[in-house]
Amino acid sequence: MDSARRNFVAASGKLLLLTPVAAAALDWVLAGEPEKAPGYALDDHWWAFTIDIARCIGCGSCVRACKTENHVPLEPYYFRTWVERYRVKGADEEHPQVDSPDGAYNGFPVLPAAPDEKSFFVPKLCNHCAHSPCVQVCPVGATFESPDGVVLVDKSYCLGCRYCVQACPYGCRYIHPETMTADKCTLCYHRITRGLTTACAENCPSGARRLADLKDPKDPIHAFLRENAIQVLKPQMATGSKCYYKDLDGAVR
Amino acid sequence: MKEGLGHASHLFRMAGLFVVGLVLFLVVRSLLVPADFGKYGHFRAGALADNREKPVVYAGRQACTDCHDEAVTRKAAGAHAGIGCETCHGALAAHADDPAAGKPQRPDPRVTCLVCHERNAGKPSWFKVIVVEEHAPSGPCADCHAPHSPAVG
Repeated sequence: MDSARRNFVAASGKLLLLTPVAAAALDWVLAGEPEKAPGYALDDHWWAFTIDIARCIGCGSCVRACKTENHVPLEPYYFRTWVERYRVKGADEEHPQVDSPDGAYNGFPVLPAAPDEKSFFVPKLCNHCAHSPCVQVCPVGATFESPDGVVLVDKSYCLGCRYCVQACPYGCRYIHPETMTADKCTLCYHRITRGLTTACAENCPSGARRLADLKDPKDPIHAFLRENAIQVLKPQMATGSKCYYKDLDGAVR
Repeated sequence: MKEGLGHASHLFRMAGLFVVGLVLFLVVRSLLVPADFGKYGHFRAGALADNREKPVVYAGRQACTDCHDEAVTRKAAGAHAGIGCETCHGALAAHADDPAAGKPQRPDPRVTCLVCHERNAGKPSWFKVIVVEEHAPSGPCADCHAPHSPAVG
């Protein structure tokens, strides 16, 4: 049987016997692997992000770049990424003082460095968890872990119920005031699928932030993970965070 | 007295209603749920394309090398080699597509330089900082430090 005829018989058979949803699922099962998106192979990537705490100078370039690239409202309640400053007095690791005015959109106000104080910056963004609490609570399948490892929102499906905003242990989501749907860091999905890095990493002047692809054997992330002291935020929550911090202090929660 | 299933006609009526309900549910569901829902997981596969569609705003430093070779070479030799062009000059994807559109901004050095280089709590010890009131109370930083290659002397 030639392939055109065989395709026709298969397609009409599926249409006759199955609902369109089941037909789509059968396609996936028969193919044995997710169909590759045009021009970009979903299967070839497993995106992650690395942050080197000792390289961050708290300039806020990432915050400004993110808001510009992604049209995040400028009001200081909406952030896809932000930077926090931690100040720890002596050995008091349990009570750090944290400030992040406007999410560090304009950098940080000048504070004198106290001699008995340890201080450092902690950039934050969506951790693109492999087992995301935000995805688990979405009642309609509007937020999801993509096959290439990015947590995304389907704006046309989102009801704006805010479950995900509450579920994210890292505070990475907000309701966009115009669309009234959940909004968050997409790891600049529109950029990384075109071979560019994220807007925050592109504009980080000190190389503290880096986009990484765990499926690329040549990506420097493998050496980064192997050779450094690495931590993720809130490891006890088993979110499968893929935002890897180098030299993260214990004072950071 | 009826034998066997003689009294069970109400059960068949209920079963019939159940089947009709089930068929109705499947028909409505197939109409409402997009065909690509569930292709990769519990979400609409088209949402991946939706998220990719957005235009790029920052062109990325690679785009600048096509035309601004001289500035890029000078920067590559200095301490600012790792900094993307658009970090100081603004988002320029429109300009990269059409050089006539949107000129790169010339940054105000007393703002742009100081957002990084003013001494402040939190800055790592390897990073070069100044207290601007002591170091250069007035005048543009570029009088002494060429921004693309800032070392003096």
